[in-house]
Amino acid sequence: MALLEIREVTKRFGSYTAVDHVNISVQAGEFFTLLGPSGCGKTTLLRMIAGFDLPDSGQILLDGKDMVGTPPEKRPVHTVFQTYALFPHMTVAENIAFPLKMARKPSHEIKLQVGEALDNVRLSDFGHRLPHELSGGQKQRVAFARGLVNRPRLLLLDEPLGALDAKLREEMQIELINLQKNVGVTFVFVTHAQNEALALSHRIAVMNKGSVEQIDEPSKIYSSPRNRFVADFIGKISIMNATVLEAAPSHLKLDVAGLGHVTAAGNQGVRTGDRGVMAIRPEQVRISHPSTDLELKNHFHGKVHDFLYMGDVTTYIVELSNGIRIEALLPNSAPGRAKFFEAGDEVAVSWRHDAGIFLNE
Amino acid sequence: MRAIVAKMLVGGPPLVFLLVFFAAPSMIMVLSSFRFPGEFGGLAPLAAPEGGTGGDYGLTAEAYQFFFSDVIYVEIFLKSFGIAMATTLICLVMAYPLALLIARSEKRFRNLLVLLVVLPFASNFLIRIYAWMIILGPESGFSHFVNAILGVFGIAPVTLLFSPFAVLVGMVYVHLPFMVLPLYTNLEKHDPSLLDAAQDLGATTWQRFWRVTWPLSLPGIFSGSALVFIPVLGMFAVPDILGGTGDILIGNLIKDQFLGTRDWPFGSALSIMLTLAVLSVAGLSTWVARSAMRHGQ
Repeated sequence: MALLEIREVTKRFGSYTAVDHVNISVQAGEFFTLLGPSGCGKTTLLRMIAGFDLPDSGQILLDGKDMVGTPPEKRPVHTVFQTYALFPHMTVAENIAFPLKMARKPSHEIKLQVGEALDNVRLSDFGHRLPHELSGGQKQRVAFARGLVNRPRLLLLDEPLGALDAKLREEMQIELINLQKNVGVTFVFVTHAQNEALALSHRIAVMNKGSVEQIDEPSKIYSSPRNRFVADFIGKISIMNATVLEAAPSHLKLDVAGLGHVTAAGNQGVRTGDRGVMAIRPEQVRISHPSTDLELKNHFHGKVHDFLYMGDVTTYIVELSNGIRIEALLPNSAPGRAKFFEAGDEVAVSWRHDAGIFLNE
Repeated sequence: MRAIVAKMLVGGPPLVFLLVFFAAPSMIMVLSSFRFPGEFGGLAPLAAPEGGTGGDYGLTAEAYQFFFSDVIYVEIFLKSFGIAMATTLICLVMAYPLALLIARSEKRFRNLLVLLVVLPFASNFLIRIYAWMIILGPESGFSHFVNAILGVFGIAPVTLLFSPFAVLVGMVYVHLPFMVLPLYTNLEKHDPSLLDAAQDLGATTWQRFWRVTWPLSLPGIFSGSALVFIPVLGMFAVPDILGGTGDILIGNLIKDQFLGTRDWPFGSALSIMLTLAVLSVAGLSTWVARSAMRHGQ
C-alpha cells in the first residue's frame, strides 16, 4: 500500500481550478517531487496534504486513512516552509523541541531527541542561538531538523532551497539527499527548479495548470518526456514541427518542417501520418566543421547564429540553411580554449538516429 | 565639517527646545521642592545666609518630611498606583482582542478600523468625560439597567457616579486607544506563516496563541502598558469629574498644591516623588520585559 495516495483531487478558488483531478501515489521512503511552473497548483496540492486547504473533491489518504476530517495539527505530516518560519523568540533548541512539546513528550526525551536532531544537521553548538543569529543555510538546517525531529510519516518541503544562493543551494541539495537517506522519512518536495528536481528525487510529478503531465524517474522524465510541455519545461530542447512518414518499432521516419527527412527514436504510441513535434536536446546535437566527414544519418549544414558561453560548456544556436534554429551543446574541454566556433561560422550539425524524439501534439 | 554643521542644524533646534522646556523646568521643580513656601503662596525668596540663622540659603527638606509625616499621602500614592494598574490591566484585556481582530482583518479594512479607534480623539477630552457623567448618572438608562440586574440578585441600588468605579470607567475609556495602537502595530507585523508552522507542528489554537502570538506581542504589550500606566498616574481631570470626594489621586493632590493651597514646595516635592516612582516602575518593567523576552517561550 502506498504511504500517500492522492485520488482525483480537485481544488477550485472561485472559477479558477488550481488542482484538477490529480492522482498521485507516493511510496514509503520515497523522495517525491512536485515540479512545475508557478501557478501550476503544486503548492496548493502541498497545502492540502498538510491540511491547510481541503480538496473540493477527491481523497487524500495517508496509510490508507482518509485525511479529510483531520486538521493540520493532528496529521503526522510536517512542513518545511519556503521562508523557514522559525519562531524568532525561541532558540534553535526550543524551535526544534516545539513539535515534541506539542506531542507532550517527557522532557528528558525531548532533550535527547533535540540533541540528536542538532547533530543530524551539524548544528550541535548552535542550540542556544536565536534564529536571527544564523546564516541562511543554518536557518534552513534548523527548519529541516524541526520538521524531522518528531519523525513524521511525511515531510513536505515547499521550495525550501529557493532563498539560498546557487553555491549554497548545491551544498544543501547534497545534504538533503543524505538527510533523507539517514532518517528514512518520506519526502514530498515542491519546486519550480527542474535541475533541483532531477538531482534530488526518486520520482517526479511534472505539473501544469493544475494537472499532472507525467510521473516518472528523473532520467525518464528527461529522456522520454511524454508531451511537449514536459519536454520544454525540463532542460533545454529544440522543438520543430514534424509529421510521421514511417513508424517502425525501432525507429521513426519523420518529415520535419524545413529539414526534410529525419530519423528519430521509436515510439510505440505513434502511427504513420501523426502530426506533432520533433524535439532534441542540445547535448545530443554534434556541432563540427562543415568539411568533417559525418557518418550520422541526421546531418545538416548551417551557420552559428549566436552562442551562450557558460564556462564549462557553450550552447551554440545554429541557424540551418532554411531558417530553422537548433541548439547544440559543446563542452569546452580543450585546455586554453574558451569556445570552438564564432558567430557566423559555417558549421555542420548532426545527431544519432535515436536522439530525436517525436511528441504528439 | 559640513556634516557636523548639518547635524547641528537638524538636531539642534529640538535639543534646545527640550533643554529649555523640559530639562530646565525639571531642575526648577527639584529646586523649588527644597524651598520654603511664600507667605501668600508660591515660593519664599532665596535668602542669603543671615548672621544668626545658620546659613540655610533658604533651602529646606520640609516638604519631604511633611510627605512622610502623614500616612494619607502614601495611601494616595498607593491608591493611584492601584488605579493605574487596574486601568492598564483592563485596557490590555479589552484592547488585545480588538487589536488582534484589526490585525487579522482584511488589509483594506485595517486603516478604517484604526481610524475608528482614534476617532474619539476628534472631540474634546473633557466633553467626553462629561458625557460619562450623564451615562453614569443616577437617572440614566445604564444606571437603571445595572440596578435592575442587581435587584434581581437582591442587592440594594448603587450610585455609579462619583465612585472609584466611575473613575476606573473614565480612565479605561480615555486610555484604551493608547493600548490598542501599539498592540495593533505589533500584531500586524507578525508573519502568518509562523502560525501555520505552529499548527503544522501540532499546536492547537490556544497553544498557537500562547506560544507564538503572545510572546511575540510582548513588546507591544509593554509599550501600550507604559502609554496607559504613566498618564493615568498623573491624571486629575477624570477623578475630579467622575470621582467622589474620597477618590483623590496624586494628580489631584499635586494640582491642589499649585492651584488651591498654593503650597508650591510641597506640590513640587509630590511631583518629584511621582517622577521617581514612575521612573522606578519603568525601569523595573524594562528589566522584566528584557528578561521575559530573553527567556520567552
